[in-house]
Amino acid sequence: MHNGAGRRGMWLWAAALAVYAFLYLPLLIVIVYSFNDSRLNAEWVGFTWHWYDVLLHDEDMLAAAGNSLFIAVVSSFSATVLGTMAGIAMYRYKMKVLTFMVMAPVAMPEILLGVSLLLFFIQVLNLTLGMLSIVLAHITFSIGFVAIVVRTSLAGLDESMFEAARDSGASPWETFRYITFPLILPGVIAGGLMAFTLSLDDFVITFFTAGVGVSTLPLRIYSMIKIAVTPEVNAVSTLLMLLTLTIIVLASRIAPNVLRFKT
Amino acid sequence: MSDKYPILSRPARLTKWLVSGPPFLYLLLFFAAPGIIMVLASLRYPGEFGGLAPLTAAPGTLHGLTLETYRFFFSDFIYTEIFIKSFLVALATTLICLVMAYPLALLIARSPKRSRDFMVLLVILPFASNFLIRIYAWMILLGPQAALSLLVNSLLGLIGLGPVHLLFSPFAVLVAMVYVHLPFMTLPLYTNLERHDPVLLDAAQDLGANAWQRFWRVTFPLSLPGIFSGSVLVFIPVLGMFAIPDILGGTSDMLVGNLIKEQFLGTRDWPFGSTLSIVLTIVVLLCVWLAAKLGSKRRRYA
Repeated sequence: MHNGAGRRGMWLWAAALAVYAFLYLPLLIVIVYSFNDSRLNAEWVGFTWHWYDVLLHDEDMLAAAGNSLFIAVVSSFSATVLGTMAGIAMYRYKMKVLTFMVMAPVAMPEILLGVSLLLFFIQVLNLTLGMLSIVLAHITFSIGFVAIVVRTSLAGLDESMFEAARDSGASPWETFRYITFPLILPGVIAGGLMAFTLSLDDFVITFFTAGVGVSTLPLRIYSMIKIAVTPEVNAVSTLLMLLTLTIIVLASRIAPNVLRFKT
Repeated sequence: MSDKYPILSRPARLTKWLVSGPPFLYLLLFFAAPGIIMVLASLRYPGEFGGLAPLTAAPGTLHGLTLETYRFFFSDFIYTEIFIKSFLVALATTLICLVMAYPLALLIARSPKRSRDFMVLLVILPFASNFLIRIYAWMILLGPQAALSLLVNSLLGLIGLGPVHLLFSPFAVLVAMVYVHLPFMTLPLYTNLERHDPVLLDAAQDLGANAWQRFWRVTFPLSLPGIFSGSVLVFIPVLGMFAIPDILGGTSDMLVGNLIKEQFLGTRDWPFGSTLSIVLTIVVLLCVWLAAKLGSKRRRYA
Protein backbone atom coordinates (compact mmCIF):
# COMPACT_ATOMS: atom_id res chain seq x y z
CA MET A 1 0.00 0.00 0.00
CA HIS A 2 1.27 3.44 -0.85
CA ASN A 3 -0.91 5.29 1.60
CA GLY A 4 1.29 4.83 4.58
CA ALA A 5 0.65 1.44 6.10
CA GLY A 6 3.48 -0.06 8.12
CA ARG A 7 6.45 1.56 9.73
CA ARG A 8 6.52 4.60 7.48
CA GLY A 9 2.87 5.30 8.21
CA MET A 10 3.68 5.15 11.91
CA TRP A 11 6.27 7.87 11.51
CA LEU A 12 3.83 10.04 9.63
CA TRP A 13 1.23 9.54 12.37
CA ALA A 14 3.76 10.30 15.09
CA ALA A 15 4.89 13.51 13.40
CA ALA A 16 1.32 14.62 12.74
CA LEU A 17 0.21 13.83 16.29
CA ALA A 18 3.11 15.88 17.64
CA VAL A 19 1.95 18.83 15.54
CA TYR A 20 -1.64 18.41 16.71
CA ALA A 21 -0.36 18.39 20.30
CA PHE A 22 1.61 21.58 19.56
CA LEU A 23 -1.61 23.17 18.24
CA TYR A 24 -3.80 22.21 21.19
CA LEU A 25 -1.58 22.16 24.27
CA PRO A 26 -1.33 25.98 24.66
CA LEU A 27 -5.10 26.43 24.40
CA LEU A 28 -5.80 23.60 26.83
CA ILE A 29 -3.46 25.23 29.35
CA VAL A 30 -5.42 28.50 29.08
CA ILE A 31 -8.73 26.70 29.61
CA VAL A 32 -7.42 24.66 32.55
CA TYR A 33 -5.94 27.72 34.29
CA SER A 34 -9.19 29.64 33.92
CA PHE A 35 -10.52 27.29 36.63
CA ASN A 36 -7.39 27.45 38.79
CA ASP A 37 -7.76 28.81 42.30
CA SER A 38 -4.52 30.79 42.21
CA ARG A 39 -3.42 34.23 41.12
CA LEU A 40 -0.47 32.72 39.28
CA ASN A 41 -0.47 30.70 36.08
CA ALA A 42 2.18 28.41 37.50
CA GLU A 43 0.74 25.43 39.31
CA TRP A 44 -2.67 23.86 39.77
CA VAL A 45 -4.13 24.69 43.19
CA GLY A 46 -7.78 23.74 42.97
CA PHE A 47 -10.98 24.22 41.01
CA THR A 48 -12.83 27.54 41.13
CA TRP A 49 -15.39 29.61 39.22
CA HIS A 50 -13.85 32.72 40.79
CA TRP A 51 -12.29 34.19 37.60
CA TYR A 52 -15.58 33.91 35.72
CA ASP A 53 -17.24 35.73 38.59
CA VAL A 54 -14.58 38.46 38.44
CA LEU A 55 -15.18 38.70 34.70
CA LEU A 56 -18.94 39.09 35.07
CA HIS A 57 -18.40 42.06 37.40
CA ASP A 58 -15.67 43.75 35.33
CA GLU A 59 -17.51 46.80 33.95
CA ASP A 60 -14.74 47.73 31.49
CA MET A 61 -14.61 44.22 30.11
CA LEU A 62 -18.39 44.06 29.71
CA ALA A 63 -18.44 47.42 27.93
CA ALA A 64 -15.63 46.25 25.64
CA ALA A 65 -17.55 43.05 24.89
CA GLY A 66 -20.63 45.11 24.06
CA ASN A 67 -18.61 47.31 21.71
CA SER A 68 -17.05 44.27 20.05
CA LEU A 69 -20.44 42.67 19.43
CA PHE A 70 -21.96 45.89 18.08
CA ILE A 71 -19.01 46.48 15.75
CA ALA A 72 -19.05 42.84 14.59
CA VAL A 73 -22.79 42.89 13.84
CA VAL A 74 -22.77 46.19 11.93
CA SER A 75 -19.54 45.59 10.02
CA SER A 76 -20.21 41.96 9.12
CA PHE A 77 -23.69 42.81 7.85
CA SER A 78 -22.37 45.65 5.66
CA ALA A 79 -19.40 43.58 4.50
CA THR A 80 -21.71 40.68 3.60
CA VAL A 81 -23.83 42.91 1.35
CA LEU A 82 -20.82 44.60 -0.29
CA GLY A 83 -18.75 41.40 -0.40
CA THR A 84 -21.56 39.43 -2.05
CA MET A 85 -21.82 42.12 -4.74
CA ALA A 86 -18.05 42.08 -5.17
CA GLY A 87 -17.96 38.28 -5.39
CA ILE A 88 -20.69 38.27 -8.08
CA ALA A 89 -18.93 41.06 -10.00
CA MET A 90 -15.58 39.27 -9.80
CA TYR A 91 -17.11 36.03 -11.06
CA ARG A 92 -19.38 37.46 -13.74
CA TYR A 93 -17.44 40.42 -15.14
CA LYS A 94 -13.82 39.49 -14.35
CA MET A 95 -12.98 43.11 -13.52
CA LYS A 96 -9.24 43.20 -12.81
CA VAL A 97 -9.16 46.47 -10.85
CA LEU A 98 -12.05 45.44 -8.61
CA THR A 99 -10.48 42.02 -8.02
CA PHE A 100 -7.22 43.69 -7.02
CA MET A 101 -8.94 46.09 -4.63
CA VAL A 102 -10.94 43.27 -3.05
CA MET A 103 -8.00 40.87 -2.63
CA ALA A 104 -5.22 43.29 -1.65
CA PRO A 105 -6.55 44.12 1.85
CA VAL A 106 -6.77 40.37 2.53
CA ALA A 107 -3.23 39.67 1.32
CA MET A 108 -1.20 42.57 2.73
CA PRO A 109 0.16 42.81 6.27
CA GLU A 110 -2.62 44.14 8.50
CA ILE A 111 -0.47 46.89 9.97
CA LEU A 112 -0.32 48.65 6.59
CA LEU A 113 -4.10 48.85 6.35
CA GLY A 114 -4.25 49.99 9.98
CA VAL A 115 -1.81 52.88 9.69
CA SER A 116 -3.06 54.07 6.29
CA LEU A 117 -6.63 54.21 7.64
CA LEU A 118 -5.41 56.03 10.76
CA LEU A 119 -3.77 58.66 8.55
CA PHE A 120 -6.83 58.90 6.31
CA PHE A 121 -9.39 59.22 9.12
CA ILE A 122 -7.46 61.91 10.95
CA GLN A 123 -5.74 63.81 8.18
CA VAL A 124 -8.38 63.73 5.45
CA LEU A 125 -11.78 63.00 6.98
CA ASN A 126 -10.98 64.84 10.22
CA LEU A 127 -12.84 62.09 12.03
CA THR A 128 -12.59 61.51 15.77
CA LEU A 129 -11.44 57.93 16.12
CA GLY A 130 -14.00 55.64 17.75
CA MET A 131 -16.86 53.31 16.90
CA LEU A 132 -17.40 54.71 13.41
CA SER A 133 -13.75 54.50 12.33
CA ILE A 134 -13.48 50.93 13.67
CA VAL A 135 -16.63 49.83 11.80
CA LEU A 136 -15.46 51.44 8.54
CA ALA A 137 -12.05 49.74 8.86
CA HIS A 138 -13.57 46.34 9.65
CA ILE A 139 -15.84 46.53 6.59
CA THR A 140 -12.77 47.22 4.41
CA PHE A 141 -10.89 44.08 5.42
CA SER A 142 -14.00 41.84 5.58
CA ILE A 143 -15.30 42.53 2.06
CA GLY A 144 -12.53 40.42 0.53
CA PHE A 145 -13.20 37.36 2.70
CA VAL A 146 -16.92 37.41 1.90
CA ALA A 147 -16.21 37.97 -1.81
CA ILE A 148 -13.83 35.00 -2.00
CA VAL A 149 -16.41 32.70 -0.38
CA VAL A 150 -19.24 33.95 -2.63
CA ARG A 151 -17.12 33.61 -5.76
CA THR A 152 -16.26 30.05 -4.71
CA SER A 153 -19.94 29.18 -4.32
CA LEU A 154 -20.73 30.70 -7.73
CA ALA A 155 -17.93 28.74 -9.37
CA GLY A 156 -19.51 25.54 -8.07
CA LEU A 157 -22.85 26.18 -9.79
CA ASP A 158 -23.95 24.68 -13.09
CA GLU A 159 -24.07 27.34 -15.81
CA SER A 160 -26.85 25.52 -17.65
CA MET A 161 -29.28 26.45 -14.87
CA PHE A 162 -28.92 30.13 -15.73
CA GLU A 163 -29.40 29.38 -19.40
CA ALA A 164 -32.52 27.36 -18.65
CA ALA A 165 -33.92 30.25 -16.60
CA ARG A 166 -33.13 32.73 -19.38
CA ASP A 167 -34.69 30.48 -22.01
CA SER A 168 -37.88 30.22 -19.96
CA GLY A 169 -38.13 34.00 -20.06
CA ALA A 170 -36.80 34.97 -16.61
CA SER A 171 -35.35 38.47 -16.33
CA PRO A 172 -31.79 38.76 -14.93
CA TRP A 173 -33.25 39.95 -11.62
CA GLU A 174 -35.70 37.03 -11.48
CA THR A 175 -32.87 34.60 -12.30
CA PHE A 176 -30.86 36.07 -9.45
CA ARG A 177 -33.75 36.24 -7.01
CA TYR A 178 -35.14 32.73 -7.58
CA ILE A 179 -32.13 30.71 -8.76
CA THR A 180 -28.70 32.18 -8.09
CA PHE A 181 -29.28 33.70 -4.66
CA PRO A 182 -30.91 30.67 -3.01
CA LEU A 183 -28.08 28.50 -4.34
CA ILE A 184 -25.27 30.73 -3.08
CA LEU A 185 -27.05 31.59 0.19
CA PRO A 186 -25.03 29.04 2.23
CA GLY A 187 -21.85 30.69 0.93
CA VAL A 188 -23.17 34.14 1.74
CA ILE A 189 -24.08 33.09 5.28
CA ALA A 190 -20.73 31.35 5.80
CA GLY A 191 -18.95 34.46 4.48
CA GLY A 192 -20.96 36.64 6.83
CA LEU A 193 -20.11 34.41 9.81
CA MET A 194 -16.46 34.58 8.79
CA ALA A 195 -16.64 38.39 8.65
CA PHE A 196 -18.33 38.37 12.07
CA THR A 197 -15.56 36.32 13.73
CA LEU A 198 -12.83 38.29 11.95
CA SER A 199 -14.30 41.52 13.27
CA LEU A 200 -14.78 40.11 16.76
CA ASP A 201 -11.17 38.89 16.84
CA ASP A 202 -9.39 41.71 15.06
CA PHE A 203 -6.67 43.34 17.07
CA VAL A 204 -4.16 45.01 14.71
CA ILE A 205 -6.47 47.18 12.61
CA THR A 206 -8.66 48.03 15.60
CA PHE A 207 -5.54 49.02 17.55
CA PHE A 208 -4.80 51.79 15.04
CA THR A 209 -8.35 52.94 14.35
CA ALA A 210 -9.87 52.88 17.86
CA GLY A 211 -8.51 56.10 19.32
CA VAL A 212 -8.66 56.55 23.08
CA GLY A 213 -12.39 56.53 23.82
CA VAL A 214 -13.53 53.11 22.66
CA SER A 215 -12.21 49.70 23.66
CA THR A 216 -12.97 46.27 22.26
CA LEU A 217 -12.45 42.80 23.71
CA PRO A 218 -9.12 42.18 21.93
CA LEU A 219 -7.87 45.65 22.95
CA ARG A 220 -8.77 44.87 26.59
CA ILE A 221 -7.04 41.49 26.38
CA TYR A 222 -3.97 43.16 24.91
CA SER A 223 -3.69 45.71 27.69
CA MET A 224 -4.28 43.00 30.30
CA ILE A 225 -1.48 40.79 29.03
CA LYS A 226 0.82 43.77 28.48
CA ILE A 227 0.29 45.34 31.89
CA ALA A 228 -1.15 43.07 34.56
CA VAL A 229 -1.80 39.43 33.88
CA THR A 230 -4.52 37.99 36.09
CA PRO A 231 -6.26 34.66 35.47
CA GLU A 232 -9.28 36.72 34.42
CA VAL A 233 -7.60 36.72 30.97
CA ASN A 234 -7.88 32.91 30.97
CA ALA A 235 -11.60 33.14 31.70
CA VAL A 236 -12.36 35.70 28.98
CA SER A 237 -10.17 33.74 26.57
CA THR A 238 -12.03 30.52 27.28
CA LEU A 239 -15.41 32.17 26.70
CA LEU A 240 -14.20 33.81 23.49
CA MET A 241 -12.84 30.45 22.27
CA LEU A 242 -16.20 28.85 22.98
CA LEU A 243 -17.97 31.55 20.95
CA THR A 244 -15.70 31.34 17.90
CA LEU A 245 -15.74 27.55 18.09
CA THR A 246 -19.54 27.59 17.89
CA ILE A 247 -19.50 29.95 14.91
CA ILE A 248 -16.84 27.96 13.04
CA VAL A 249 -18.66 24.65 13.55
CA LEU A 250 -21.88 26.36 12.42
CA ALA A 251 -20.21 27.76 9.31
CA SER A 252 -18.65 24.42 8.46
CA ARG A 253 -22.09 22.79 8.68
CA ILE A 254 -23.66 25.39 6.40
CA ALA A 255 -20.96 25.44 3.73
CA PRO A 256 -18.40 22.63 4.16
CA ASN A 257 -16.37 23.54 1.07
CA VAL A 258 -15.74 27.06 2.24
CA LEU A 259 -13.69 26.07 5.26
CA ARG A 260 -11.65 23.64 3.24
CA PHE A 261 -10.33 26.55 1.16
CA LYS A 262 -11.46 24.82 -2.00
CA THR A 263 -12.01 26.53 -5.28
CA MET B 1 -19.33 34.16 -18.26
CA SER B 2 -18.56 37.53 -19.72
CA ASP B 3 -17.30 36.16 -23.04
CA LYS B 4 -20.75 34.68 -23.60
CA TYR B 5 -22.10 38.22 -23.84
CA PRO B 6 -19.78 39.95 -26.33
CA ILE B 7 -22.02 42.99 -26.52
CA LEU B 8 -23.59 43.96 -23.22
CA SER B 9 -27.00 45.43 -23.73
CA ARG B 10 -27.85 48.65 -21.91
CA PRO B 11 -29.69 47.08 -18.95
CA ALA B 12 -26.92 44.48 -18.64
CA ARG B 13 -24.36 47.26 -18.45
CA LEU B 14 -26.51 49.00 -15.84
CA THR B 15 -26.63 45.75 -13.85
CA LYS B 16 -22.87 45.50 -14.06
CA TRP B 17 -22.41 48.92 -12.49
CA LEU B 18 -25.15 48.37 -9.93
CA VAL B 19 -23.44 45.19 -8.77
CA SER B 20 -19.80 46.24 -8.88
CA GLY B 21 -20.30 49.94 -8.10
CA PRO B 22 -20.95 49.91 -4.33
CA PRO B 23 -18.05 47.62 -3.30
CA PHE B 24 -15.80 49.40 -5.79
CA LEU B 25 -16.62 52.85 -4.39
CA TYR B 26 -16.26 51.63 -0.82
CA LEU B 27 -12.80 50.20 -1.45
CA LEU B 28 -11.80 53.23 -3.49
CA LEU B 29 -12.60 55.43 -0.50
CA PHE B 30 -11.37 53.22 2.34
CA PHE B 31 -8.56 51.26 0.75
CA ALA B 32 -7.12 53.01 -2.33
CA ALA B 33 -7.43 56.59 -1.04
CA PRO B 34 -5.72 55.84 2.31
CA GLY B 35 -2.90 54.16 0.38
CA ILE B 36 -2.41 57.23 -1.79
CA ILE B 37 -2.58 59.48 1.28
CA MET B 38 0.18 57.41 2.86
CA VAL B 39 2.44 57.89 -0.17
CA LEU B 40 1.82 61.65 0.04
CA ALA B 41 2.36 61.67 3.81
CA SER B 42 5.77 60.06 3.35
CA LEU B 43 6.77 63.14 1.34
CA ARG B 44 5.69 65.62 4.01
CA TYR B 45 7.48 67.18 6.97
CA PRO B 46 6.52 66.04 10.47
CA GLY B 47 4.39 68.49 12.43
CA GLU B 48 5.71 70.16 15.57
CA PHE B 49 3.35 68.18 17.82
CA GLY B 50 3.27 65.02 15.75
CA GLY B 51 1.24 64.27 12.66
CA LEU B 52 2.01 66.23 9.51
CA ALA B 53 3.22 69.80 9.11
CA PRO B 54 0.93 72.09 7.11
CA LEU B 55 1.89 72.12 3.45
CA THR B 56 2.92 75.78 3.56
CA ALA B 57 5.01 75.41 6.70
CA ALA B 58 8.30 74.82 4.92
CA PRO B 59 9.21 77.78 2.73
CA GLY B 60 11.82 77.22 0.07
CA THR B 61 10.75 73.62 -0.52
CA LEU B 62 8.63 72.14 -3.27
CA HIS B 63 5.11 72.90 -1.95
CA GLY B 64 6.15 71.57 1.44
CA LEU B 65 7.09 68.19 -0.02
CA THR B 66 10.43 66.48 0.59
CA LEU B 67 12.32 63.23 0.15
CA GLU B 68 13.98 63.82 3.52
CA THR B 69 12.38 60.76 5.20
CA TYR B 70 13.68 58.46 2.47
CA ARG B 71 17.17 59.94 2.77
CA PHE B 72 16.93 59.47 6.54
CA PHE B 73 15.87 55.85 6.10
CA PHE B 74 18.96 55.01 4.06
CA SER B 75 21.34 57.21 6.05
CA ASP B 76 21.20 55.06 9.17
CA PHE B 77 21.91 51.36 8.72
CA ILE B 78 19.83 50.51 11.79
CA TYR B 79 16.59 50.74 9.77
CA THR B 80 17.84 48.51 6.97
CA GLU B 81 19.06 46.13 9.64
CA ILE B 82 15.59 45.90 11.17
CA PHE B 83 14.17 45.16 7.72
CA ILE B 84 16.76 42.42 7.18
CA LYS B 85 16.03 40.95 10.61
CA SER B 86 12.28 40.92 9.89
CA PHE B 87 12.99 39.24 6.56
CA LEU B 88 15.07 36.54 8.28
CA VAL B 89 12.42 35.96 10.97
CA ALA B 90 9.78 35.61 8.24
CA LEU B 91 12.01 33.19 6.32
CA ALA B 92 12.72 31.07 9.42
CA THR B 93 9.02 31.01 10.35
CA THR B 94 8.09 29.94 6.82
CA LEU B 95 10.64 27.10 6.78
CA ILE B 96 9.68 25.80 10.24
CA CYS B 97 5.99 25.97 9.30
CA LEU B 98 6.74 24.00 6.13
CA VAL B 99 8.60 21.26 8.02
CA MET B 100 5.80 20.97 10.59
CA ALA B 101 2.89 21.27 8.16
CA TYR B 102 4.12 18.74 5.62
CA PRO B 103 3.60 15.50 7.57
CA LEU B 104 0.29 16.79 8.87
CA ALA B 105 -0.99 17.74 5.41
CA LEU B 106 0.28 14.47 3.95
CA LEU B 107 -1.40 12.40 6.64
CA ILE B 108 -4.71 14.21 6.17
CA ALA B 109 -4.53 13.91 2.37
CA ARG B 110 -3.89 10.15 2.60
CA SER B 111 -6.51 9.45 5.24
CA PRO B 112 -9.89 7.91 4.34
CA LYS B 113 -12.21 10.49 2.82
CA ARG B 114 -14.68 10.53 5.70
CA SER B 115 -12.09 11.46 8.35
CA ARG B 116 -10.39 14.19 6.26
CA ASP B 117 -12.92 16.95 6.96
CA PHE B 118 -12.68 16.29 10.68
CA MET B 119 -8.88 16.37 10.63
CA VAL B 120 -8.92 19.65 8.70
CA LEU B 121 -11.40 21.09 11.19
CA LEU B 122 -8.96 20.12 13.96
CA VAL B 123 -6.32 22.27 12.25
CA ILE B 124 -8.69 25.21 11.80
CA LEU B 125 -10.16 25.27 15.32
CA PRO B 126 -7.14 26.60 17.25
CA PHE B 127 -6.66 29.06 14.42
CA ALA B 128 -10.19 30.32 15.07
CA SER B 129 -9.45 31.31 18.63
CA ASN B 130 -8.33 34.89 19.11
CA PHE B 131 -4.82 35.66 17.97
CA LEU B 132 -3.89 37.42 21.24
CA ILE B 133 -5.10 34.43 23.25
CA ARG B 134 -2.79 32.19 21.27
CA ILE B 135 0.14 34.50 21.99
CA TYR B 136 -0.85 34.74 25.65
CA ALA B 137 -0.93 30.94 25.88
CA TRP B 138 2.78 30.93 25.06
CA MET B 139 3.37 33.51 27.79
CA ILE B 140 2.15 30.87 30.23
CA LEU B 141 3.98 27.97 28.58
CA LEU B 142 7.34 29.76 28.38
CA GLY B 143 7.07 31.51 31.75
CA PRO B 144 9.93 31.03 34.23
CA GLN B 145 7.84 28.72 36.43
CA ALA B 146 6.43 26.66 33.56
CA ALA B 147 7.43 23.03 33.13
CA LEU B 148 9.23 23.73 29.86
CA SER B 149 11.49 26.40 31.39
CA LEU B 150 12.20 24.23 34.42
CA LEU B 151 13.11 21.28 32.19
CA VAL B 152 15.34 23.28 29.86
CA ASN B 153 17.11 24.97 32.75
CA SER B 154 17.68 21.77 34.71
CA LEU B 155 19.17 20.21 31.57
CA LEU B 156 21.36 23.27 31.03
CA GLY B 157 22.31 23.10 34.71
CA LEU B 158 23.58 19.54 34.22
CA ILE B 159 26.10 20.69 31.65
CA GLY B 160 26.98 23.71 33.77
CA LEU B 161 25.23 26.42 31.79
CA GLY B 162 23.40 29.25 33.49
CA PRO B 163 19.62 29.54 33.53
CA VAL B 164 18.04 31.00 30.39
CA HIS B 165 14.81 32.96 30.03
CA LEU B 166 12.59 31.47 27.36
CA LEU B 167 10.01 34.24 27.66
CA PHE B 168 10.85 37.69 26.25
CA SER B 169 13.42 36.24 23.87
CA PRO B 170 13.83 35.74 20.10
CA PHE B 171 13.01 32.08 20.75
CA ALA B 172 9.59 32.98 22.19
CA VAL B 173 8.90 35.24 19.20
CA LEU B 174 9.74 32.49 16.72
CA VAL B 175 7.67 29.85 18.53
CA ALA B 176 4.61 32.11 18.56
CA MET B 177 5.12 33.16 14.93
CA VAL B 178 5.12 29.48 13.91
CA TYR B 179 2.18 28.68 16.14
CA VAL B 180 0.01 31.49 14.79
CA HIS B 181 0.81 30.90 11.12
CA LEU B 182 0.97 27.09 10.90
CA PRO B 183 -2.59 26.65 9.50
CA PHE B 184 -1.79 29.06 6.64
CA MET B 185 0.84 26.55 5.49
CA THR B 186 -1.11 23.38 6.30
CA LEU B 187 -4.34 24.18 4.42
CA PRO B 188 -2.98 25.06 0.94
CA LEU B 189 -0.51 22.19 1.20
CA TYR B 190 -3.30 19.75 2.08
CA THR B 191 -5.50 21.06 -0.76
CA ASN B 192 -2.62 20.40 -3.15
CA LEU B 193 -1.64 16.96 -1.79
CA GLU B 194 -5.24 15.79 -1.81
CA ARG B 195 -5.42 16.28 -5.57
CA HIS B 196 -2.42 14.03 -6.34
CA ASP B 197 -3.27 10.90 -8.27
CA PRO B 198 -2.16 7.85 -6.20
CA VAL B 199 -1.60 5.99 -9.47
CA LEU B 200 1.62 8.00 -9.91
CA LEU B 201 3.01 6.57 -6.66
CA ASP B 202 2.03 3.05 -7.68
CA ALA B 203 3.77 3.58 -11.00
CA ALA B 204 6.91 4.81 -9.23
CA GLN B 205 6.82 1.76 -6.99
CA ASP B 206 6.46 -0.58 -9.97
CA LEU B 207 9.50 1.10 -11.48
CA GLY B 208 11.43 0.21 -8.34
CA ALA B 209 11.43 3.49 -6.43
CA ASN B 210 11.74 3.15 -2.66
CA ALA B 211 9.66 5.16 -0.21
CA TRP B 212 12.11 8.04 -0.02
CA GLN B 213 12.49 8.22 -3.82
CA ARG B 214 8.72 8.16 -4.25
CA PHE B 215 8.41 11.11 -1.93
CA TRP B 216 11.34 13.10 -3.22
CA ARG B 217 10.85 12.45 -6.95
CA VAL B 218 7.04 12.36 -7.17
CA THR B 219 5.14 13.82 -4.22
CA PHE B 220 7.43 16.71 -3.37
CA PRO B 221 7.80 18.22 -6.89
CA LEU B 222 4.05 17.93 -7.43
CA SER B 223 3.40 19.76 -4.16
CA LEU B 224 5.54 22.79 -5.02
CA PRO B 225 2.55 25.00 -5.99
CA GLY B 226 1.03 24.24 -2.57
CA ILE B 227 4.34 25.03 -0.87
CA PHE B 228 4.60 28.35 -2.69
CA SER B 229 1.08 29.52 -1.88
CA GLY B 230 1.49 28.42 1.74
CA SER B 231 4.83 30.20 1.98
CA VAL B 232 3.38 33.47 0.72
CA LEU B 233 0.51 33.18 3.21
CA VAL B 234 2.97 32.73 6.09
CA PHE B 235 5.79 35.00 4.98
CA ILE B 236 3.80 38.19 4.35
CA PRO B 237 1.88 38.51 7.62
CA VAL B 238 5.03 37.67 9.61
CA LEU B 239 6.88 40.46 7.82
CA GLY B 240 4.50 43.09 9.21
CA MET B 241 3.82 41.55 12.63
CA PHE B 242 4.21 43.76 15.69
CA ALA B 243 2.07 42.16 18.38
CA ILE B 244 4.17 39.02 18.90
CA PRO B 245 7.52 40.83 19.42
CA ASP B 246 5.62 43.40 21.49
CA ILE B 247 4.27 40.79 23.91
CA LEU B 248 6.77 37.93 23.83
CA GLY B 249 9.99 39.56 22.64
CA GLY B 250 12.65 41.32 24.64
CA THR B 251 13.27 45.04 24.40
CA SER B 252 15.77 44.60 21.57
CA ASP B 253 13.59 42.31 19.46
CA MET B 254 12.21 45.02 17.25
CA LEU B 255 10.82 44.14 13.84
CA VAL B 256 9.52 46.40 11.08
CA GLY B 257 5.99 46.23 12.45
CA ASN B 258 7.11 47.51 15.86
CA LEU B 259 9.08 50.30 14.22
CA ILE B 260 6.06 51.45 12.19
CA LYS B 261 3.75 51.23 15.20
CA GLU B 262 6.23 53.29 17.22
CA GLN B 263 6.34 56.04 14.56
CA PHE B 264 2.56 56.32 14.42
CA LEU B 265 1.56 55.94 18.06
CA GLY B 266 4.78 56.64 19.99
CA THR B 267 7.03 59.36 18.55
CA ARG B 268 4.21 60.40 16.19
CA ASP B 269 6.53 61.00 13.25
CA TRP B 270 3.93 60.23 10.60
CA PRO B 271 6.02 61.04 7.53
CA PHE B 272 8.74 58.61 8.62
CA GLY B 273 6.13 56.01 9.65
CA SER B 274 4.59 56.34 6.18
CA THR B 275 7.99 55.95 4.54
CA LEU B 276 8.62 52.75 6.50
CA SER B 277 5.16 51.47 5.52
CA ILE B 278 5.85 52.17 1.87
CA VAL B 279 9.21 50.43 1.97
CA LEU B 280 7.45 47.46 3.60
CA THR B 281 4.79 47.50 0.87
CA ILE B 282 7.50 47.44 -1.80
CA VAL B 283 9.28 44.54 -0.06
CA VAL B 284 5.98 42.62 0.14
CA LEU B 285 5.21 43.24 -3.54
CA LEU B 286 8.73 42.11 -4.53
CA CYS B 287 8.32 38.90 -2.50
CA VAL B 288 4.92 38.14 -4.04
CA TRP B 289 6.28 38.81 -7.51
CA LEU B 290 9.29 36.58 -6.85
CA ALA B 291 7.11 33.78 -5.44
CA ALA B 292 4.77 33.98 -8.44
CA LYS B 293 7.72 33.85 -10.83
CA LEU B 294 9.37 30.92 -9.03
CA GLY B 295 6.01 29.18 -8.75
CA SER B 296 5.24 29.39 -12.44
CA LYS B 297 8.74 28.25 -13.43
CA ARG B 298 8.57 25.25 -11.09
CA ARG B 299 5.14 24.31 -12.31
CA ARG B 300 6.44 24.10 -15.85
CA TYR B 301 8.99 21.50 -14.79
CA ALA B 302 6.72 19.54 -12.48
